[in-house]
Amino acid sequence: MISQQPSTPIAAPARVPLVALRDIQVSFGGVRAVAGVTMDLHAGEVVGVVGGNGAGKTTLMRTLSGARPPDAGQILVNGQPVAIGNPRDAKALGIETIYQTLALADNLDAPANVFLGRELTGAGSLNDAAMESATRKVIGRLNPNFKNFKTPVLRLSGGQRQAVAIARAIHFNARALIMDEPTAALGPAETAQVHALIRQLKSEGIGIFLVSHDIHDVFDLSERISVMYHGRLVGTVNKNDVTTDEVLGMIILGKPPTKLTSQELAGLHG
Amino acid sequence: MGVSVPGEATTEGEPAPPIRSFVELIRSALAPVAGPLRSLEVDTRMLGMVGALAVIWIGFDIVSGGTFLSPRNLWNLSVQSASIGIMATGMVLIIVSRNIDLSVGSMLGFLGYTMAMFQSVWIPQNLGLGFEQPYTWVVTLILGIVLGAAIGGLQGFVVAFGGVPSFIVTLGGLLIWRGLIFRYAQGQTIAPLDTTFQMLGGGTVGTRIGALGDTLSWALGLVLCVAIVYAQITSRRRKRRYGFPVRPMWAEVLVGGVSCGVVLGTVLVANSYPLPPNVAEQVAQARGIPVPPGGIPTGIAFPVVIMLIVTLVVTFLATRRRFGRYVYAIGGNPEAAALAGINVRRTIMLTFALMGSLAAVSATVQTARLNAAVTSLGVQNELDVISAAVIGGTSFSGGIGTVPGAILGAVVMQSLRSGMVLLLVDSPTQDIVVGIVLVVAVGLDAVFRRRVT
Repeated sequence: MISQQPSTPIAAPARVPLVALRDIQVSFGGVRAVAGVTMDLHAGEVVGVVGGNGAGKTTLMRTLSGARPPDAGQILVNGQPVAIGNPRDAKALGIETIYQTLALADNLDAPANVFLGRELTGAGSLNDAAMESATRKVIGRLNPNFKNFKTPVLRLSGGQRQAVAIARAIHFNARALIMDEPTAALGPAETAQVHALIRQLKSEGIGIFLVSHDIHDVFDLSERISVMYHGRLVGTVNKNDVTTDEVLGMIILGKPPTKLTSQELAGLHG
Repeated sequence: MGVSVPGEATTEGEPAPPIRSFVELIRSALAPVAGPLRSLEVDTRMLGMVGALAVIWIGFDIVSGGTFLSPRNLWNLSVQSASIGIMATGMVLIIVSRNIDLSVGSMLGFLGYTMAMFQSVWIPQNLGLGFEQPYTWVVTLILGIVLGAAIGGLQGFVVAFGGVPSFIVTLGGLLIWRGLIFRYAQGQTIAPLDTTFQMLGGGTVGTRIGALGDTLSWALGLVLCVAIVYAQITSRRRKRRYGFPVRPMWAEVLVGGVSCGVVLGTVLVANSYPLPPNVAEQVAQARGIPVPPGGIPTGIAFPVVIMLIVTLVVTFLATRRRFGRYVYAIGGNPEAAALAGINVRRTIMLTFALMGSLAAVSATVQTARLNAAVTSLGVQNELDVISAAVIGGTSFSGGIGTVPGAILGAVVMQSLRSGMVLLLVDSPTQDIVVGIVLVVAVGLDAVFRRRVT
């Protein structure tokens, strides 16, 4: 059993983090899905959040997006404690989420999905033309070939649906972005597009939590990597200080790199 | 990713089942008009329904020897469709958000009863204000709508916040509201009603007629035509401003022309139905004129005017307001709606409140038409209302359905019943036919939808 709970993340810059999760706990019935996790995210930084199935990555992120408020723990934005009771609160704080399921209303078209919950109105009614115009602009940035702005998103391809979900997250001047498996359903070309987008958003000063199964993606894109194991944080490491094997060891064995023996590491490739 | 599952592509290789090839046949037959249809930007499903209605109307007209499409029958059909149509608009939103309201018939009965008590007992006797006050009808109507919203909202509250499935809550409502009628009416019929209130049912009392008459009907028709053209112009301007493609001019003119034609045609038919001779004589006497040779035109009936207003209001709510957008989003993906920050529970509750107030409006039409509130008021209406919504293209899997479609569905249902009455088909057979049509309509719709998506 590992009882290590790093209260300050390794190699975190000294400035005030954009988002700080402090000792977050979430339980489902008797199951502790997230058992006291602390994580920081700075502006212009990508933090990879990795772990096996059921490690609690998504559940932790859902506390930040307001989908499931934590049972205990604190969330700070720019050093100020905040209460995120629902997705609206999170969005008001500039925290946007791209869910693994994309969370699209399949029967509605792209503009309706992008502006869902934040519709543009004028003269007492929805301004669909303005919403479509804005959607064309933001999706055009992501995928210039996107043409189907009037069809229900049900009929779009996986990549196009992903573009709609991403457009929704980035259109409203997000400060922090949670991307839960953003490339899991994409082909190589589309994955490259998303990678380019992540780098661009990062350069614009947006902080990104990148939840992923793909350790290569995470190494490719993030500065720091937080590893979760059975609801706990195994540790947060600086990408340049570790090898992929060491992170793999953290994911599979749930031990920080300092406690991994060379035997165990070798066993990973067994 | 990239791993092809064996058997994944079997659907491609299967021989097309007969129903599919039938669909293909229709599609290929329609192929030459597909392009122009697209420029018209009309809902093809709606077009199909209009086609079905045309077949029903012409079929009944031939079999009945020209009686079905007479102004008299069409006028009656319009009045009979109104009460179900009014409630069907609300039922669309309920079903779109993946719920159901089985209590509308009992709510209608309860509300109709309460409104009858209010105008015939409470205002005149309990409050001692007397019968036939000028304000009676409107106060009664407002009371009914508010009470309807309250009891509908109560059911919605239990559904949305209590987590009880709407099927169960409204099944309970069906029993409760009906039971309450018997409880406090004890089998009595409440009659007569306020005479102004009676007008709302489309009937006549002395020289007062529950319809617009010819001049006002034409005026209404013209106003609607102006509104249609205005809406087209604004929509075009808006699209232009954002540089979106607009319909070709010929399509715009065709759509506008057909819409206005339908409106003015309806007015023409309603005005071709003369008042009954004895009523006409009284009216002529009151106006100090002789009865014209063609009789005095009746015009659009008040229940139809009410249905029109309700349709416009609910369509506006459904398509132009956040509320409607949220209802459809919830129907498409409830979790996504919640994650988008939509207050799902409040929205669901509001759909039920709206349904309750529409039940009150229908109760007004029905009691006014009967000039009485009876304990059986609205019995089995829930089935007609749900059928109208579903025949009108509302999908039980949620997220799909339109208000005008539901109105059309109500007219289709009522046309079937009315036509069979003309042909002296007995009531059990009518039920059987309507039942078959319901299932076939939904089945065909499902097949077409599968092909499209």
